[in-house]
Amino acid sequence: MNRNLIIGLILSGIAIFAALVSFIWTPFDHVLLNIPEKLQTPNGTHWFGTDHFGRDIFSMIMVGARTSIAVAFVAVGIGMGLGIPLGLWAAARKGSFIDELIMRANDLIFAFPSLVIAILITAIFGAGAVNAIIAIGIFNIPVFARVVRGAAMPIWEREFILAARVAGKNATRISIEHILPNVMNLLIVQATIQFSLGILAEAALSYVGLGAQPPTPSWGRMLADAQTLVSIAPHLALIPGFAIIITVMGLNLMGDGLRDYLNPRLRVART
Amino acid sequence: MIRYTLKRLTSLFISLAVASMLIFFVIEVAPGDPASFMLGINAQPDTVAALRAELGLDVPKFQRYLVWVQGMLTGDFGMSYTYRTPVSQMIADRMWVSLPLALYALTLSTIIAFPAGMYAAARRGRAGDIGVMGATQLGVAIPNFWFAMMLVLIFAIKLRWFSAGGFAGWDKGLDAVMWSLTLPAISLALPQAAILARVMRSALLDVMNEDYMRTARAKGLTTTQTLWKHGLRNALIPVLTIIGLQFSFLLAGGIIIEQVFYLPGLGRLVFQAISARDLIVVESVVMLLVFAVIVVNFAVDLAYAAVDPRLRART
Repeated sequence: MNRNLIIGLILSGIAIFAALVSFIWTPFDHVLLNIPEKLQTPNGTHWFGTDHFGRDIFSMIMVGARTSIAVAFVAVGIGMGLGIPLGLWAAARKGSFIDELIMRANDLIFAFPSLVIAILITAIFGAGAVNAIIAIGIFNIPVFARVVRGAAMPIWEREFILAARVAGKNATRISIEHILPNVMNLLIVQATIQFSLGILAEAALSYVGLGAQPPTPSWGRMLADAQTLVSIAPHLALIPGFAIIITVMGLNLMGDGLRDYLNPRLRVART
Repeated sequence: MIRYTLKRLTSLFISLAVASMLIFFVIEVAPGDPASFMLGINAQPDTVAALRAELGLDVPKFQRYLVWVQGMLTGDFGMSYTYRTPVSQMIADRMWVSLPLALYALTLSTIIAFPAGMYAAARRGRAGDIGVMGATQLGVAIPNFWFAMMLVLIFAIKLRWFSAGGFAGWDKGLDAVMWSLTLPAISLALPQAAILARVMRSALLDVMNEDYMRTARAKGLTTTQTLWKHGLRNALIPVLTIIGLQFSFLLAGGIIIEQVFYLPGLGRLVFQAISARDLIVVESVVMLLVFAVIVVNFAVDLAYAAVDPRLRART
C-alpha cells in the first residue's frame, strides 16, 4: 500500500469511527443545553469546549460526522445508481440517438451547480438534509455517467467483448458481466472524490441554511452558528473547520492512493 | 469550423430552452401561492384573487412561461412580487457586486496558480514540488466559507486591515470597492487556485515528455527557458478550459461567500427571494447562473476547437 492511501485511510477513518461511535456513545448529550457552562474553551471536561448554549462541541462534532457522512454517502449512491447504468447504456449504444440524448442531458445537469440545484429544491420543498442529499446526488449523476461512458467505450472495441458477442450475449449482459468489472477501479476512485466533494457541499449547504436543520448537528451548521461569535470564541469556528478539512483531505488522499494502488501497471512498475 | 459552430450553436439553444423550462416549471410546482403568502393567513379570498390577477398569476402556467422567456430575451425579467420593482433592475444592481467579485477571484486564482504549477512542474519529485502539491491538497480540502471566516478573524477583527463585511458601493470609488472585495475574492480564489495549479502542473509534465521539449533542451535552453518558451504555450489549452469552467463556478460559489461577508450580491438576493416566496426573482437569478455556465462552456468548446482542429472532426 502506498503512503497516500495509508494517510488517507487513517484521516477519513477518524471521521467514520467518530460517526459510528456516536450511535452508542458521546461524552455528553449533543442537544443538552447547559447555559452556565457556555463558551468554554477546550478543557479536561469538555475536550473541544462548549458553544453559546453550553453544548459539548466534541459530542456535536461526533454526531455531525454522522450527518456529513450520511449525506455524502447517499448522494454518491444516487450518483452511482443512476449515473453508471446511463453511462453503460450510452457506451453500448455509442453514436446512437440514445447516446446523444444521455450525454446532452448530462451536459444540461452539469450546467446546474449543486448549490443552484439545492436552491431550486429548497424553493419548492424547503430546506433539509434530504433535500441536500437530492441536490448533491443529482449533481453526481452526470459525473459518473461520463466517467463510465468514457472508460467503457474503448473496452467495447476489445477482443474479449467480441468473443462475448459471438457467444450470444446481448449488450446488457456484456455491460454488466464484462464492461462493469473493467471500469470498477475507476469508479471506486471517482466515488472517493465525489464523497469528499459531497462532504464539502453538505457543509456549504448547511452553512447557508439549505442543509440539515437544527437540532440535527452538522459541521456546516456549527460554522454558521460560530460566525457571529468567532471574535470571542474562535474555537467554535476552528474545530468544525478542522473536522471538515481532515475528512476531505483524507478522502482525497485515499482517492489518489487508490488510483495508484488499483492500477496494476503502476504497481508492477513500483516493485 | 462553421459547421461545427452551427452544430454547437444549435445545442446551445436547445440547452438554454430546456434549462429555462426546467427552472420555470420546477419552481412553479412549488407549494405555496406567492399572493396568499404576501397577504398573510387572514387575507380575504377576493383580495388574494385580486393580487393574483395583478401579479399575473391567474393566467395558465405555459402562457406565463412564454411571457417570462419573451421578457428575458428583451431584458425584461418581470416585476418582483415583494419589492414591486423590475427584476432586471434588481439583478443588474446585484451584478455590480457579484460579477466583479467573480472576476477578481478568477484573476487572483490565475496569478497564484500559474507560478505555483510551473514551479512544481520544474521541480518534479523534489521538495519544492512536494511542498506545492501538499499545499494544493490542503487548498482543495478547505471549505471556502470557513477560510473566509478565518480571514475575517485575522485580517478584519485582529489586525483591522479590512472591514469584516459589507460593500462600500461604487460611488465611493474603485479602490473602496476593491478593498471590500479583497477578502471575499481571496477566499473564493483559494480552492480554485489549488485546482488550477494541479492542472497546470500535470499539463506541463505531459508537455515536458514531448520530443520538441527535448529538442529545445538539446539546443541549449535551460529547463526554465524551455518551460516558458515552449511548455507553457502548449500546456495552456487544458488550463484555459479549466479557467473558463471556473468562472461559472466562481459566480455560483460567490453566493456562499456573499453570505459570509454580507455582500449585497446575487446570492443574498436569491436567499431573500426564497424566504419571501418571490418566485420570479428565484427563477430569474437561477436562469442567469445556468445561462452563464452554458454560454461559458459553449465559448470554451469553440475556443478549444479553434485551437485543436481534431476536435471539430470528432464531435
